[in-house]
Amino acid sequence: MKHEQVLPPGNVLRYTLNERITHWVAAGSYIYLLLTGLAFWSPWLFWLAMILGGGQISRLLHPWAGLIFFLSVAYMYKLWASQMGMTPNDKAWMDSVGHYIRNEDSQMPPAGRYNTGQKFLFWGFFWCAIALLLTGVVLWVPNWIPWSLRSLRYIAVILHPIAALLTIALFLIHIYMGVFAERGAFSAMIRGYVPAAFIRRFHPGWYEEIVGNSPSPRK
Amino acid sequence: MSQAALRIQKISGHAGSIPGEDTQRQFTVCKLVDTTTCIGCKACEVACMEWNDLPFGETVFDNSYQTMPETRWNYWNLILFNEHEREDGNMMLLMRKDQCMHCAEPGCLEACPADGAIVQYTNGVVDFQQDKCIGCGYCITGCPFNIPKLNKETKRVYKCTLCSDRVSEGLEPACIKACPTGCLHFGSKDDMKLLAEQRAKQLREHSNYPDAGVYDPAGVGGTGVIYVLHDAKNPELYGGLPANPRVPRSVRLWKGPLKWLGNVAMIGGVLGLAVHYLRYGPKESEEERHPGGTP
Repeated sequence: MKHEQVLPPGNVLRYTLNERITHWVAAGSYIYLLLTGLAFWSPWLFWLAMILGGGQISRLLHPWAGLIFFLSVAYMYKLWASQMGMTPNDKAWMDSVGHYIRNEDSQMPPAGRYNTGQKFLFWGFFWCAIALLLTGVVLWVPNWIPWSLRSLRYIAVILHPIAALLTIALFLIHIYMGVFAERGAFSAMIRGYVPAAFIRRFHPGWYEEIVGNSPSPRK
Repeated sequence: MSQAALRIQKISGHAGSIPGEDTQRQFTVCKLVDTTTCIGCKACEVACMEWNDLPFGETVFDNSYQTMPETRWNYWNLILFNEHEREDGNMMLLMRKDQCMHCAEPGCLEACPADGAIVQYTNGVVDFQQDKCIGCGYCITGCPFNIPKLNKETKRVYKCTLCSDRVSEGLEPACIKACPTGCLHFGSKDDMKLLAEQRAKQLREHSNYPDAGVYDPAGVGGTGVIYVLHDAKNPELYGGLPANPRVPRSVRLWKGPLKWLGNVAMIGGVLGLAVHYLRYGPKESEEERHPGGTP
């Protein structure tokens, strides 16, 4: 970012404008993909496609939305992959994940800018997006796949929903954490900044880096 | 094409009951193709285009009599030619009229997500309803016979209707009517099966075809098109007719256990998170949880 955002006093920039835009492009395309995908998943949900303009339109746009989603995830990889590496601290975090689930956060090893759950979310979406893209291309143009390569279609038709179901699991947890469980996380993705207290509480490792005046915590 | 006189027994992508189910019984209809008396004249190909008003497309010459490599969205009936050399050194020109097989358990219908885009009538005819087709092409994946074809312009899938408009009026399909050798027959499945078995027996006992038999694959519940073959042990010789066709396993897995598992997981996931929130609530800080100091 060339122009640093002016933050209210006592706040820390958590997500740059670039990161926020990327996140919401991914979120918007994902929700469209989810709704149209669920319409194709079950006859009981086909009405979703009707609401969204009909089955034909949904079929036409679903692959394009998928492409947008994949590109936004690929850009997230560029933005965040370097910060998502697993460390020994993440191992300790996973070992005490039960405390995290029971909201006993004081007994958790200090998380960095991203805690282990967020890292898993990132890599889960990253690998699922790749699987969804590869299988999705086959399903996009089934008529281009010659009869001799039909096994490609057979693989795609089963792997695409499996990968999609995995993202739905991640998506549900992500929404739950970001909107309900962790107060302040949602506005971090809207406004970009969070109170320093939020960082100290949820990302104490990162707080140390910032307060300890380490040279630029954001690489 | 909706056929008023035909009753429906299966609907693709359909939630709930089937309107009019079991209100009328009908014979299961069947085409019998006797490949041993086919002369490859292609009258059936022409009749199919004529009756169904299909636009003419370019043919592809590939050093054989065959009109094109495979059926197209606008070419539903194609005779496949195979120059086969027998073990005794004799040459046979094997010809098979390829078209939709109208499976009793249609893979296209099972794979289709669009409500009512594929129906199976009580008489066994499997018919596409293009006005409801969304062009996803899952039927192409579900079909073990490589029959449904996508029209890139309309983004809908087309195939042989077994002339459901003619059949509903008590007529035979156009291909049957046009056949000059009588190698094509049309009637109830039971009658056609009997006729086919008789012909196969005749071939076994009175001709030099000890392996002659009837092709009516059980893997898809039997088909609405059955063949008499000189060599029923090698159906692949006849333009790649699959020996044991079935709905692809992955389609079955996807529409069966995966769907069940996925639905349980999704509903369970939402409920689980809701219960978690009720039990543990948000991640409040110590000050929020115990205002006025730690207990």
